[in-house]
Amino acid sequence: MSDRPTLTLDDEVIAFSPGQTLYEVATAEERDVPTLCYDPRLEPFGSCRLCVVEVEGIRNPVASCTMRAEPGMVVRTATESIEKYRKTLVEMVVSENREVTVDPLRGYASQELSNLVDRYDAGAGRFRGAQSGVSFEEDGNPFIHRDYDLCISCNRCVRVCAEQEGDYAISIKGRGFGTQITTEFDGELRDSSCTFCGQCVQTCPTGALADRKAMRAVDLPGEVEETRSVCPYCGVGCSVDLLSKDDKLVGIRPAMDGPANEGALCVKGQFAFDFVQHVDRLKQPLVRSADGDLVETDWDTALDRAAEGFRSVLARHGRHAVYGVASGRTPSEANYIMQKFIRVGFGSNYIDNCSRA
Amino acid sequence: MAHVIARDGLVNRSFVADRTTDSDAFLEHITQFTPEWAESISGVSARDIEQAAQCYGAADRGAIFYTLGITEHICGVDNVQSLCNLALMTGNFGREGTGVNPMRGQNNIQGAGDSGAIPSNYPGFQSLEDPDNQRKFEDAYGCEIDAERGITKVRALEQCGDRIHAMLIDGENTVVTDPDRAHCEHALKTLDHLVVIDIFLTETAELADVVLPATSWAETDGVFTNTERRVQRVRAAVPAQGEARPDWWIVCELAKRLELDGFDFDTPKEIFNELCSLSTIYAGLDWDRIEKGEYQWPVPNRDHSGTPILHEGEFENGRGIFKVVGYRDPAETVDDEYPVWLTTGRRLASYHTRTQTGRASGIDYLLSEEALEVHPDDVSEWGLVDGSWCTMSSRRGTVRVKVLATDRSPRGTVFASFSFNDVPVNELTGSGYDPTTDTAELKVCPVRVEPEVV
Repeated sequence: MSDRPTLTLDDEVIAFSPGQTLYEVATAEERDVPTLCYDPRLEPFGSCRLCVVEVEGIRNPVASCTMRAEPGMVVRTATESIEKYRKTLVEMVVSENREVTVDPLRGYASQELSNLVDRYDAGAGRFRGAQSGVSFEEDGNPFIHRDYDLCISCNRCVRVCAEQEGDYAISIKGRGFGTQITTEFDGELRDSSCTFCGQCVQTCPTGALADRKAMRAVDLPGEVEETRSVCPYCGVGCSVDLLSKDDKLVGIRPAMDGPANEGALCVKGQFAFDFVQHVDRLKQPLVRSADGDLVETDWDTALDRAAEGFRSVLARHGRHAVYGVASGRTPSEANYIMQKFIRVGFGSNYIDNCSRA
Repeated sequence: MAHVIARDGLVNRSFVADRTTDSDAFLEHITQFTPEWAESISGVSARDIEQAAQCYGAADRGAIFYTLGITEHICGVDNVQSLCNLALMTGNFGREGTGVNPMRGQNNIQGAGDSGAIPSNYPGFQSLEDPDNQRKFEDAYGCEIDAERGITKVRALEQCGDRIHAMLIDGENTVVTDPDRAHCEHALKTLDHLVVIDIFLTETAELADVVLPATSWAETDGVFTNTERRVQRVRAAVPAQGEARPDWWIVCELAKRLELDGFDFDTPKEIFNELCSLSTIYAGLDWDRIEKGEYQWPVPNRDHSGTPILHEGEFENGRGIFKVVGYRDPAETVDDEYPVWLTTGRRLASYHTRTQTGRASGIDYLLSEEALEVHPDDVSEWGLVDGSWCTMSSRRGTVRVKVLATDRSPRGTVFASFSFNDVPVNELTGSGYDPTTDTAELKVCPVRVEPEVV
């Protein structure tokens, strides 16, 4: 028998770990409690109030993301009145925005608001009126679209920048209806401490902050496909999902369940992907011609020429005249085959990789 | 820092007694190295050194992370040994949140070593000086292999045209990344035969007799191992460009044309599984098991769940060995002719020689050109102008670069990256090499900085 404390969740007795919030307990029990200002990587903020639940003995509904679970609590996550309360909240949030439906290429979390509008059938009608948030589309940076007409002031961007990145590039000005996400001195991101890691884009639940590079592909034909892989840059090994459309690599998403990064990326991993299909890519083997130029040829010709050169050096200078340099950029299979090629082909250990410079 | 930790009674005596050896000589040795002495060499204030030592020494758990600023010196190995000494004397090994952790700079530089692409070890870091390992690989590969270590790439470049006459280079822009560019370019030109496999026509590929186009990341299935020894799969998302082929396919085809046995592979899965079958650290792994990337090596058998924390309970070699390390001057030191320290490195938005990031849209918006970071007072004193050109010379060459006045540089030290081919900083570097690893002293190079004469 477990010593863990228990509470009652929707008439079921549930064990929990001390320190867990009610939201964490409910989510672990597969309750679908809606949220907008919540990102599991960030400190709970409790501003959107959508995660409210009923707790017996407490008169008003409480935000489950900020309320710690206590032994003996009696909690209800989806009563009629709670659901009505949530619907009204979503309607009010939506009423301030220019639009709700945005392309998923805008960012990882960009569909959260529109999904909730569908779930609660919460069109903008009932509270239609003034809108909040002033977009800053003139920010000329090529990476982050700042469409604050769609902002709901959930502060996820501000918090991810501060708590996860430690950059504090994004802040808040004004209050109440006049709340506006901005940077220090209201300027462009380039002039702030922003490193363009894209974390704000990926946590934004409305697409107000959006991936400008991925958005270039909105009108390409075909469905977006996701392929789980690992970033090609440094040795941290951040997991990413490659976004492709019609055989074109159109964007990168950090993998929130990536074991090494848990959703984090830097500017290179997030945005520096399009070298893959750059016009400068080598597409044909090249061999040096008699007049000294590198000219395109077919694989058989190039491989025969490459092999002949090694055979000739081996014959004239012996097996220690050949050297192999493997790459820290290529997968391990390439490295393994490179060392096997040298060891089998020349019986030597004349193999290294690019780690010494 | 070690001096302060010992002086202030912050040595973890039980850890030192239970798990280390040779501590007496080390603790005696460091009594002479005061923070004031270190300040006189490093320019870091004695007070800051004391604070850092007390912070690390008093912490319940302290982790050291280092990069090339430690290793790219003629005393790179000594620097790493010094970090190990700090961790040993404070007991910061074998627990979560501790350790001496190198941050590897490339996506699969760990995997390259794991796979045996080094002159000193077979795959899995199995020493080739151990006859059992030699027998194991000779049996597996059906051929004889030298019992002696190979030479490092640095030595091979030195011997080009003399003893080395052919090279196969995969995915490295050696000409731009390596120190002393003129020497490197000359070396490759003296080869009878140079084959380069790459995704772009790099400065190195331009020197080749044969250039073979490889598939890039996002077009290739394979395995990367990260800096925490986590073995992870990468997957192709888009088709290859043109006739480009995976690196492994290219080298296998080359091997088959040389009538070598053991290169009949159809998939990267078969290759990775052969690596696992021969590597003690990957022995419990195979292509399918690493689908989700949850394993950190060593994974010695199929029942093992991996090793997120090394050196728990016991070090690989038994006890942790304190090394007595002394100070050595860099290969070249500043003098009247070259009075300024140049240190080189990277910048966040660019990667190495920009063959990739230079071809990713938008990166130029953040970083469009190289600049030499100079302290504002030095800018005035040396007659430079912020934003204007200067020339920077070392004993090996001269480059032209724009000046950026910034207090990120201390007085008397300047910084530049080697990212931009039009500011080839590695024409200046290459004064010396670590005697054990042959790693170049890229972090220190005496230079002279002058306003450009118009």
